[in-house]
Amino acid sequence: MSESPVYSSVYGLMAEFDSAQELVQAAHKTHEAGYKKIDAYSPFPIEGLAEAIGFHKNRVPLVVLIGGLIGGLSGYMLQYWVAAITYPTNVGGRPFHSWPSFIIVTFEMTILFGGLSAVFGMLALNGLPMPYHPVFNVPEFRQASESKFFLVVFSSDPKYDSAGTRSFLQGLAPRMIAEVPS
Amino acid sequence: MATDIQIPLPDRRAPVIEPGHTFSTVTEKISNIVLKRPISLAWIVGFLVVFSIMNMLGVALGYLFIKGTGIWGINIPVGWGFAIVNFVWWIGIGHAGTLISAILCLLRQTWRNSINRFAEAMTLFAVACAGTFPLAHMGRPWLGYWLFPYPNTMNYWPNFRSPLVWDVFAVSTYFTISLVFWFTGLIPDLATLRDRAEHPWVQRLYGILAMGWRGSARHWHRYETAYLLLAGLSTPLVLSVHTVVSFDFAVGIVPGWHTTIFPPYFVAGAIYSGFAMVLCLAIPIRAIYGLEDFITERHLETSAKVMLATHLIVAYGYGMEAFMGWYSGNKFDSFLMWNRLHGPYQFWYFALLACNIVIPQLLWLKKFRVSTGWLWLLSFIVLVGMWLERFIIVVVSLTRDFQNSSWGQYYPTKWDWMTYIGTIGLFLTAMWLFVRILPMISIFELRQLLPEAHVPEAAEVKE
Repeated sequence: MSESPVYSSVYGLMAEFDSAQELVQAAHKTHEAGYKKIDAYSPFPIEGLAEAIGFHKNRVPLVVLIGGLIGGLSGYMLQYWVAAITYPTNVGGRPFHSWPSFIIVTFEMTILFGGLSAVFGMLALNGLPMPYHPVFNVPEFRQASESKFFLVVFSSDPKYDSAGTRSFLQGLAPRMIAEVPS
Repeated sequence: MATDIQIPLPDRRAPVIEPGHTFSTVTEKISNIVLKRPISLAWIVGFLVVFSIMNMLGVALGYLFIKGTGIWGINIPVGWGFAIVNFVWWIGIGHAGTLISAILCLLRQTWRNSINRFAEAMTLFAVACAGTFPLAHMGRPWLGYWLFPYPNTMNYWPNFRSPLVWDVFAVSTYFTISLVFWFTGLIPDLATLRDRAEHPWVQRLYGILAMGWRGSARHWHRYETAYLLLAGLSTPLVLSVHTVVSFDFAVGIVPGWHTTIFPPYFVAGAIYSGFAMVLCLAIPIRAIYGLEDFITERHLETSAKVMLATHLIVAYGYGMEAFMGWYSGNKFDSFLMWNRLHGPYQFWYFALLACNIVIPQLLWLKKFRVSTGWLWLLSFIVLVGMWLERFIIVVVSLTRDFQNSSWGQYYPTKWDWMTYIGTIGLFLTAMWLFVRILPMISIFELRQLLPEAHVPEAAEVKE
């Protein structure tokens, strides 16, 4: 199999599996075999798959917490500044800093900023939008959004070598193995 | 008929998905509605009808912006009229979408997976219709941005002690969060459409919207966390929105508005009318697009039970209003009840009780919960009833308040009706386009419901 001259390098090796269960098992074995730069692709979230490829650090909750706090604090401070400092209005003799009236806007701003942080934080941490990604160079990968399951060992992994990794993946009994041009 | 075969099931309820489906068949069935199904003549004719109704809204609003709110039936004492009735009605309808997508997600009610997508779309379109009314009611809608706090040369700021300002924040947050929640749920399905589309431009369009989603395990992990957190944030949000809408009334001193029961009673009413709208849409859509396998009898029956439960809360609210009218000893409150029962809007108050309380009693019977025809009719009646409820709350209270020298009557004009019916056209036009442009059922969440999607504990290799 000669390398195509169009592509200067190889992104990794891709193995295709038929079921979620096979993918989770294969991911476990690959990770245990010492491959660290790997990824698994599936048409729906699979419990335990992220752990199987050694992914534990999920910073989305932290981003949402920070976003929510910023939203809530800025909402309250805005109201305090408007109602008590820059534009004090006497409404029925209430104190200028009438905090019970400020709870609702504070709450809504917490939700707004928290929710937007969840979505945009998740997209940013995932590196999306991403207009080009090498995995799509494998025609079979179209099925990853429908019914098939894929495992990729990246060529940047220190343990990666074209022939050795291929024979290792072969041992996991995949449906097919393909080289992913970068 | 297939129903003659008795299959022993763990429970006697209908399944969430009919048996025999695989990842591929689920994907194919739903994505083909968007990608393959030819556009029928009936769709085009229907679209022209709803699109014309939507254009009526354009005419009504155009004339309103030229002439001012005097073309409506509002007057002194009834300054709110149709605009606020319709605003509350529409925003209430939206609540079912968020309830289905967020609260039922947190409660792990997996049956929601088949109906959450279009219920969320319904929410968005309903909130868009709702938003039209306060904006049009302002009289000078081009100054609508004055509602938001921003530094300006007039050196003016909003009064944050006013429920109307709270409402601006609640409704705009609600729309924004509903939109991103809906879009987040769509991303993996847009990737499916991108991968299945044949026409290069269609592929590109869905490709841009899918933003390069590739279903990586790392991405799914963060995605699920973000989705769960959004559900957690939307749950108090949806309860707060109708609560704040009810504050628009309850903080005022008008008899019939100034009550502490309003927030829970409004939220229950919102969910009640929202589920009625979900059924009104789901029943024809599942029949037209052959989605009975995914939106099963179970979904219809469960939605009917939610209506049954919320209608009891609403009935309790009506009962409490009457009770407090008597028990408070406040003559204005007791006059309000007398006026509802015997005043000029008496017919509509009894119609409201019939639509919201009496007729829906039929839902206690399973026969009515599983018959699509009956359920559609009952849902439609509930929608009418919930509209009447808001009409009674707004108009009856305002026409006859404390001072009988300032009493009046309210008559909606043709422009009121055109605006109201026009927003129904806007809503239906948006739904009409939605079912053909985006997957109306969440494909990836349906895949998760299939037995093959579950990886048994033992399969995970443990050290």
